[in-house]
Amino acid sequence: MEGQSAGRERVFWSIALLIVFVSALFPVFWIASLSLKDPATVGDGRLLPSKWSFENYSGIFDQDIFTAALRNSLGIALIATLIAVVLAAMAAYAIARLDFPGKRLILVAALAIAMFPPISIVGPLYELWRSVGLYDTWAGLIIPYMTFTLPLAIYTLSAFFREIPWELEQAAQVDGATPFQAFRKIIVPLAAPGVFTTAILVFIFAWNDFVFAISLTSTERAQTVPAAISAFPGASQFSQPTGSIAAAAVVVTIPIIIMVLIFQRRIVAGLTAGAVKG
Amino acid sequence: MSGGATTETTTAAPPRPQKHISGRARAERRLGWMLCAPAALVMIAVTAYPIGYAIYLSLLRSDLRFPDETEFIGLSNYVTVLTSSLWWSDVWHTVFITVVSVALELAIGMVLALIMHRAIFGRGAVRTAALIPYGIVTVVAAFAWRLAWSKAEGGFVPVLLGFDTDPLTSTSWTYVVAIMAEVWKTTPFMALLLLAGLALVPDELQEAARVDGATAWQRFWQITVPLMKPAILVALLFRTLDAFRIFDSVFIITGSTQNRGVETVSILAYNELLNRLNLGLGSTVSVLIFVCVTIIAFLFIRGFGASLGQQQGGS
Amino acid sequence: MAEIQLKEVTKRYPDGFEAVKKFDLDVGDGEFMILVGPSGCGKSTALRMIAGLEDITEGELMIGGETVNDLAPKDRDIAMVFQNYALYPHMTVRENMGFALKLAKTDKAEIDRKVEEAAKILDLEQHLDRKPANLSGGQRQRVAMGRAIVRDPKAFLMDEPLSNLDAKLRVQMRASVARLQQQLGTTTVYVTHDQTEAMTLGDRVAVMRAGLLQQVATPKVLYDDPTNLFVAGFIGSPAMNFLPAQVEGDRIKLPFGDARLDGELRSKLQSVGDRDVIAGMRPEHFEDAAVAGEDHRDSLHFRTKIDVVESMGSELYAYFDVESQNVDSAELAELAQYAGLEDVPGGGGGEVSHVIARLDAASRATPGQEAELVLDTAKLKLFDLESGANLAHRG
Repeated sequence: MEGQSAGRERVFWSIALLIVFVSALFPVFWIASLSLKDPATVGDGRLLPSKWSFENYSGIFDQDIFTAALRNSLGIALIATLIAVVLAAMAAYAIARLDFPGKRLILVAALAIAMFPPISIVGPLYELWRSVGLYDTWAGLIIPYMTFTLPLAIYTLSAFFREIPWELEQAAQVDGATPFQAFRKIIVPLAAPGVFTTAILVFIFAWNDFVFAISLTSTERAQTVPAAISAFPGASQFSQPTGSIAAAAVVVTIPIIIMVLIFQRRIVAGLTAGAVKG
Repeated sequence: MSGGATTETTTAAPPRPQKHISGRARAERRLGWMLCAPAALVMIAVTAYPIGYAIYLSLLRSDLRFPDETEFIGLSNYVTVLTSSLWWSDVWHTVFITVVSVALELAIGMVLALIMHRAIFGRGAVRTAALIPYGIVTVVAAFAWRLAWSKAEGGFVPVLLGFDTDPLTSTSWTYVVAIMAEVWKTTPFMALLLLAGLALVPDELQEAARVDGATAWQRFWQITVPLMKPAILVALLFRTLDAFRIFDSVFIITGSTQNRGVETVSILAYNELLNRLNLGLGSTVSVLIFVCVTIIAFLFIRGFGASLGQQQGGS
Repeated sequence: MAEIQLKEVTKRYPDGFEAVKKFDLDVGDGEFMILVGPSGCGKSTALRMIAGLEDITEGELMIGGETVNDLAPKDRDIAMVFQNYALYPHMTVRENMGFALKLAKTDKAEIDRKVEEAAKILDLEQHLDRKPANLSGGQRQRVAMGRAIVRDPKAFLMDEPLSNLDAKLRVQMRASVARLQQQLGTTTVYVTHDQTEAMTLGDRVAVMRAGLLQQVATPKVLYDDPTNLFVAGFIGSPAMNFLPAQVEGDRIKLPFGDARLDGELRSKLQSVGDRDVIAGMRPEHFEDAAVAGEDHRDSLHFRTKIDVVESMGSELYAYFDVESQNVDSAELAELAQYAGLEDVPGGGGGEVSHVIARLDAASRATPGQEAELVLDTAKLKLFDLESGANLAHRG
C-alpha cells in the first residue's frame, strides 16, 4: 500500500520535472535545430532540419562582423566585470564590516539605480559620448555597464561578506600572522566564493545587454554580440539571414549553458542571497 | 592605536577614553567613505548627470538633423508628448504587457518554486533547467521565439497550427509571442526569488497545520502565502519595474523599429532619439519614462511598508 | 478520549535504517504516557507516527479501537504540541488557537467560546490579540498548549514541549502540564529526553533505546526494578554507578569490599552460578559512615580518598575513584558500547571507575582526604556481563 503511493508520487514528480525541462529547453533546441538546417531549407517551417549542414556556422565566421562582435562582447564584459567587482567588493566590505553614516544611503542609492530605466539616459549618453569621443568604443559601453551592475554586485557581495566570521582574522593574528598574511590566508579564501559568484552574475548581466549596445555603438569597433545579431545583413523584412542568426545564437549560448551547468549552485546561492537580504 | 589613553595616573586625571574612541570611530568612518566612494561615484555620476542632462534636453527643441534650430521651448515638448495618441497607446501597450507578463510570471513562478522546493529528486536538474533561460542572452531568446512564430522566416509554429497569415503581422499575436518570450525568460528568476521566500516558511508550521486539519490548498493560501508576503512583494516590485522597461524582446520580435503595432514606451524613446534623432522629444519621453518608473516604485514601497506594518511582529 | 495501541509498529526508511523496531505499547484512556530515551532512540518518530506525520512501515496503530494507519492527521482527532511551538506568526493568539476549529467550519460563536475557555485555563486572556513574536517563551508555550486543548481531541501528543524553556520555567510548567492533564483527563503521549520530567509527570513511562522499547512501567517500578543496565543507568539522577564485581557462592566481591548476597538475590543467582557481573549502585545508596544511622547486616563499610565534593546545600555529592580488579578493561568497554552505557553519563569501562555518592549535608567529607563510607548492599542491582539484563528482575 505504501509502495503504491510512493510510486504514484514519483510519477507525479517525474512528469512535473519533464514539463519544466521541456519548457525551459525547447527554445534552445529550436534554435539549435534551425542553425543546423541547410541554408536553402531554412525557411521551410519544419521543426527538424530536413537537410543538415554546417554552412550557417561557417558563414558567420567568414564575415568579420560576428568574430569582431564576439571579441568585443568578451572584452567589454570581462573588463566591466573586473572593475565592477573590485569597486563593489570595496563598498561591500565597508558596508558589511564598518559603521559609518551614509551606509544606508549607499544601499538606497544602489536600489534606486537598480530600478532606473536605462533607456532614459541613452539619449544624453549618446550626445555626451559623441562629443567626448567615447561613441563606438569599448570604454563607452564599459562605463554604463559598470554603473548598472554595481547595485546587484554590492547587494550580493555584502550579503556574502556578512556571513564571513571576521574574528578569524584576529585569531590568526594572535596565532602570529601579520595583518596582511591573515588577510591573504584566511579572509581571501573565505571571500573568494562570494566574489566569484558575484562576478558570474555581473558577467551575465553585461554580456546580455542590448539597449546600450545598439545605442552607443555602430561599427565592429565596439559592437557587441546582441547588437550585431540584430543587425545581421538582411535582418530587415526583405531577406532572411535566419540561418546565420540561429548559428550565431547557438555559438553565443553554448558557453553560457556550460557555465550555468557548472556553477548552478553558486548562481542560485548568489541570487537568493542578494535578493533575500535586499 | 593601542595604549591611547595616556592618563597621567598620578594626578586625578579626567578620563580620556572619550576622545580615544571617537578617534577610532572617525578613522572607521573615513575608511568606510573611502571604500564606498568609487562605487558611489560611478553609480551616481553615470545616472545623475545624464538624467539631469536629459531633463535639460527635454526642454529644448533639439533635432540633430537640424542642429541650427535648437532653442529653448520650455515645457512645450511635454505638451506635445502628453497629448499625442501615440504616446498614450504606447503606454497602454506597455502597461498591458507589464500586467499580463508579471501576473503569469508570478503564477508560473510560484508553481516552479514549489516544484524546486518539494521535489523528492532531481532538484539540481530543475535548478539548472530553470537557470538556462536566465543565462541566455535576451536577444537570442527573443530571436528563438520570433523565428519559431514568424511565417516569413521559416517558423514551425505557423505550419504546425496551420496559420494562413504570418502571426507576427497581427497585433494580438505579436502581443502573445512577446509576452511568452518575456515570461519564458524571466519566470525562472522570479521562481528563484520566490524559492528564497518559500525556504523561510518553517516546515513545522506546515505540520502543525496538517494536524490542525488543513488540506494542502488551505495550507498554501493560509500559511505559506501570508508568510511569503515580503518575498512576493520584493519579487513583484522588481519584476514590474523590469517589465515596464521592456525593450529587448519587443524590439526583436516586432522585427524592426517601425512596426507600431506593438510598441512600448522604451521603444518609442529609442525611435525618437536614435532613429529620428530628435533629442528634444526623445528626451521628453525618456524623462516621462523615468517619472513613471518612480511612481510605480513609490506606490509599491508605500504598499509594501503598509503591509509590513500590518504584519507587525509577524515573522 | 481514547486508548492508543501500537502493535509491533516499525518505521523503516528507504535506505534500510529502522528508527522504530516492532514497538508495542498500550496507552489507556486518560493515561499520561511518557516516551523517554536518549536522542536518536526513536521516541519522536514513534510520536509522529501516532500523529500521522510519518508513515508506518509495518504494524498497526489503533486509536479508540479503530485502526488508523492510513488516516491523515486531521482525521485522527489528535492534537499536537511541537517542541518549537509552531505558532503561526502572522496570526494573533486567538486566531492561532481557533485555526483548527475554523478549518472544521465550526460556528464562530462556538470558536470564541472555546478559545476564551482555554485562554482562561492557561491564563492567556490578556494576550489573546497579540502576535506570537510579542510573547515570552513561556507564554508561547501556553499558546501551543491552548491550541491543542481547544480542539478537545481524543489524545494530546506532545513532542518535548518544555525543552526550549529555561530551567526554572520548565519546573513551573511541568506542574501546570500535570495539573492540566489531570483536569482534562485526556489521553496524553509525551516525549522527552529528560528523565526527571519523565519520572515526575508520567502515569507510566516507556524507556526507548535505538528504536527498541526497553521497559514500560510506573516511575517507581523503573527506579526499583529496571529490566536492564540501560534503564537502570538512564533513570535516576545522578546516574547509577556501575562497577565490575564477582559473584562467588553467597558473597559478592566489589572493588571496595565483599558483601553478603541478600536472600532473594541469592536464590535468583544460584541457578546462574559463580560469574563476573556488573554491580549497580545508586549514589543515594551510599552514606558517610560518620553520619549514617545504625548499621545493619547489609551495610558495607569502606575507606576511600575523596576527589571532588559538590555541595548542593541540601546534600553533598562526593566523587571518588575505585580501581576495578580482575576484569578485563577491554571487556567492560565492549559492554559499555553494547549495553549503551555510552548513552548514560558516568558509565563506561576502563581501569579506574569514577563513582558518585550522595551524602547527607552534615557529612564532613573533604576533597583530597580519606573518608569512611557505607554502602547499602541490599539495594545493589546485578547485571549480566553480556546482555546487560538485570539478573534479579522481578517484573
